[in-house]
Amino acid sequence: MARTGPTSMARRTLLWLGAIIIVCILAVGGGVLSGAASWAPKLGLDLEGGTQMILAPKVEGAGSISAEQLNQAVAIIRQRVDGSGVSESQISTEGGRNVVVQMPGTPTNEQRNLIKASANMNFRPVIVSSEAPAGAVPVAQRTPADKLPKPTAKPTNASDPNWVDAAIMKQYEATSCVAPMTEPDTNADPAKPMVACEADNGFKYILGPVEIPGKWIQTASYGLQTGAQGATTNQWQVALTLVKPQGADAFKAVTQRLYSKYLANPNDPQARFAIVLDGNVVSAPASQAVITDGQSSITGNFTEASAKTLADQLKFGALPISFDIQSDEQISATLGLQQLEMGLLAGLIGLGLVVVYSLFQYRALGFVTITSLIIAGGLTYLAIILLGWGENYRLSLAGVAGIIVSIGQTADSFIVYFERVRDELRDGRGLVAAVDNGWMRAKRTILASKAVNILASIVLYFVSVGNVKGFAFTLGLTAVADLIVVFMFTHPTLLLLARTRFFGEGHHFSGLDPVQLGAVPLYRGAGRFRSPEDTLAVARGKNARAAGEAERRQTIAERRLAAKEAQMVGSRGAGAKKPEPRDDSKEGK
Amino acid sequence: MKSFATFGNELYTGERTYQFVGRRKLWFGITAVAVLLSILVPLLGGGFNFGIEFRGGSQFTISNVSNTSPSIGEKAVSEGAPGTVAVVTNIAGKTMQVQTDRLSDDQTIKVKDALKTAYGVADSQIASTFVGPSWGQDVSRQAIIGFIVFVLLATIMMALYFRTWRMSIAAIVGLLVVMVVTAGVYAASNFEVTPSAIIGFLTILSYSLYDTVVVFDKIRENTADIKSSTRRTFGEEVNLAVNQTLVRSINTMMVAVLPVGSILFIGAMLLGAGTLRDLSLALFIGIIVSTFSTVFVAAPMYAWLREHEPELVKQAKKVQARRAAEAVDA
Repeated sequence: MARTGPTSMARRTLLWLGAIIIVCILAVGGGVLSGAASWAPKLGLDLEGGTQMILAPKVEGAGSISAEQLNQAVAIIRQRVDGSGVSESQISTEGGRNVVVQMPGTPTNEQRNLIKASANMNFRPVIVSSEAPAGAVPVAQRTPADKLPKPTAKPTNASDPNWVDAAIMKQYEATSCVAPMTEPDTNADPAKPMVACEADNGFKYILGPVEIPGKWIQTASYGLQTGAQGATTNQWQVALTLVKPQGADAFKAVTQRLYSKYLANPNDPQARFAIVLDGNVVSAPASQAVITDGQSSITGNFTEASAKTLADQLKFGALPISFDIQSDEQISATLGLQQLEMGLLAGLIGLGLVVVYSLFQYRALGFVTITSLIIAGGLTYLAIILLGWGENYRLSLAGVAGIIVSIGQTADSFIVYFERVRDELRDGRGLVAAVDNGWMRAKRTILASKAVNILASIVLYFVSVGNVKGFAFTLGLTAVADLIVVFMFTHPTLLLLARTRFFGEGHHFSGLDPVQLGAVPLYRGAGRFRSPEDTLAVARGKNARAAGEAERRQTIAERRLAAKEAQMVGSRGAGAKKPEPRDDSKEGK
Repeated sequence: MKSFATFGNELYTGERTYQFVGRRKLWFGITAVAVLLSILVPLLGGGFNFGIEFRGGSQFTISNVSNTSPSIGEKAVSEGAPGTVAVVTNIAGKTMQVQTDRLSDDQTIKVKDALKTAYGVADSQIASTFVGPSWGQDVSRQAIIGFIVFVLLATIMMALYFRTWRMSIAAIVGLLVVMVVTAGVYAASNFEVTPSAIIGFLTILSYSLYDTVVVFDKIRENTADIKSSTRRTFGEEVNLAVNQTLVRSINTMMVAVLPVGSILFIGAMLLGAGTLRDLSLALFIGIIVSTFSTVFVAAPMYAWLREHEPELVKQAKKVQARRAAEAVDA
């Protein structure tokens, strides 16, 4: 029989697998050389140490939170975390409902409060502006105590300079709006003036009390400005809609006052109002018209990105999102390391036990299992590194547990396969044919059962929260690695091994010894195992082969049993209950 | 070794047969008792021991302590946050765990400092966790949604693959038995129910069905041309398939349980309560129960569901007739 076909196919498949592995290694190696990747997988917080906060955003007056609102919540938190100077933090959503903040180290109490505080947006009129990037005034040059302003009258409106008293002036001078920036005052009293910075340009302001609270903002959008003739210009603008009637009425009063100042002097800082988010001025436009209907547009030197940012920020104001802390976990780096070590130790012990059991059960074939497991492990490892590099995937303790658990399920593919091959051998096929046929059968089973695993991990990944996600991910990853290994390594290897003398002749330690497996040779003419009934058996075998494989295999089996029982009956003598020659399932004990 | 291979041969040829299908009344009865016990034990024993993730509260874990006396921790907590009751346990080796009601941020820092001084450890050896009372519920609700979605999709997938919805039903019944019994045994162990344990339960979902699909695939193969065959009745074919895959079932269970058992051992002995321990306990129980459930519940259930189909009844009669005829011939 010409067997070059399957052999060269097997060799080619193995080469392909080798190529895939080498490409992965080269990719990671390239990443390491360029400094972007590392040979060690990125570790999750529970292994590396750090803080993980899970926050559930809550929108006032609404039961659930939409995907858009969740994204806004993430944007708010990202801005706060980045603004608070925590580096390397990761912020993500989870299960369509939570925001997960992960950061190395332990945040200070202020940082923690800042992160969970509800978004605080409002409009305040500008009283004093530095009109240029401004740091803190050096202590020596600060206004002496006796020269500090002493308001003479009660302020009449929010833009009144009489709001500026000694305390505010002192604070203004001490505040720095360029690096190192003074921390913003996120909890400023809405009824009092405040000092704030505009982060984008470093301007420093004294702002009057809140005139428009964020909840009066209905919505905001951005787009290209429309000119007088209705033609679109190249200028980006942000359109703002206020809630009627409170928002619109209040805004009308504010713009009336500011517009009169604008008419008097277009460069008067007091003609401007500041949009303040979490204590930071995000924009301070001048009022160039009286807005009576609550519909205003903000223009300026916007790019598309900056217009979008401002519109989004205004929307935060429209959405008073607050955060409930679901869990706040601090893991010390030592504890994380200890857990990782223990997890790896457990994995090694587990792997060792599987190796021993495989060798015990499958002898030399056990080495194929072990090699396959090692390759599957290697592929998983490479995938984790590549995903850590590309997708910032981090391995958590639950993920490590997922990998350890998968050792068993990966090994099961080989068990299913080997057992099918053994079944074929028991039917008396030669090893080469047994591997071919066993594979045909095992392939279906492996695909169907792995599909269940992959389905489970996909479902869990998409609906679950927290650790479950990391676990589901590694479980799915290992199932895919397993499929790759079974198809591209285990099967081709077995195909090649079947043609070696050690396996092909069924060495006692090969794990595929037909004698041990009680095989009855089917194709080999005269066998050592021939029994008187064999003539009949071969005939029957041929008939049955035409009828269907499964039946034929059982025919052989049953014939042997029948023969055995007939002998027993014979030795016991006549009169005993006669076994039916072709049925064993009831009587066989 | 020799005997195990022989055992496999005998099962394959049918020389040795275990009556999984034939004695299904017995197996179903045992299963019913096990399921009932699994429901009753947690109910009578005061329900599940829910972890801090479900109750809400603050928790501190101190590693590498030299003195494992709980009173040190209790005193430290009352210094840091007066009036707070703390449960201090030595969870494993040199690791202490302190659980309290929900503490404010200030209190958390004070308690942490007090514990650090009291046990004389470095800052890096104390981990603190605060969990809102809804976190655990959140995890479980999502897990239940995941469970339902998975069961529905898996039912459809199996029905398409096996071309019979009865296999899906039988497999899902087996799966439910696994879930209930595993939960019951877990409750009896009195380990805390944590999100990690929930992960374990979800993994069993996948493992249990996986195991059933492998056996059912062999059943499908054996019964593919049942209608034209008078060799065996349907139930007997199913039983033969289960016997023929029994060695696989045992080997798979062993290979799956060994790594999980080593996590359980390491987790429980060296690390104490935590992700690894809870997860592996749920898995350990689940894998063993799954193997049994496939063989003793799902497969006989499938045979039982189909046996009454008119065509199979007719086929069974033909088998009987052939046997009778052959008995006469002989």
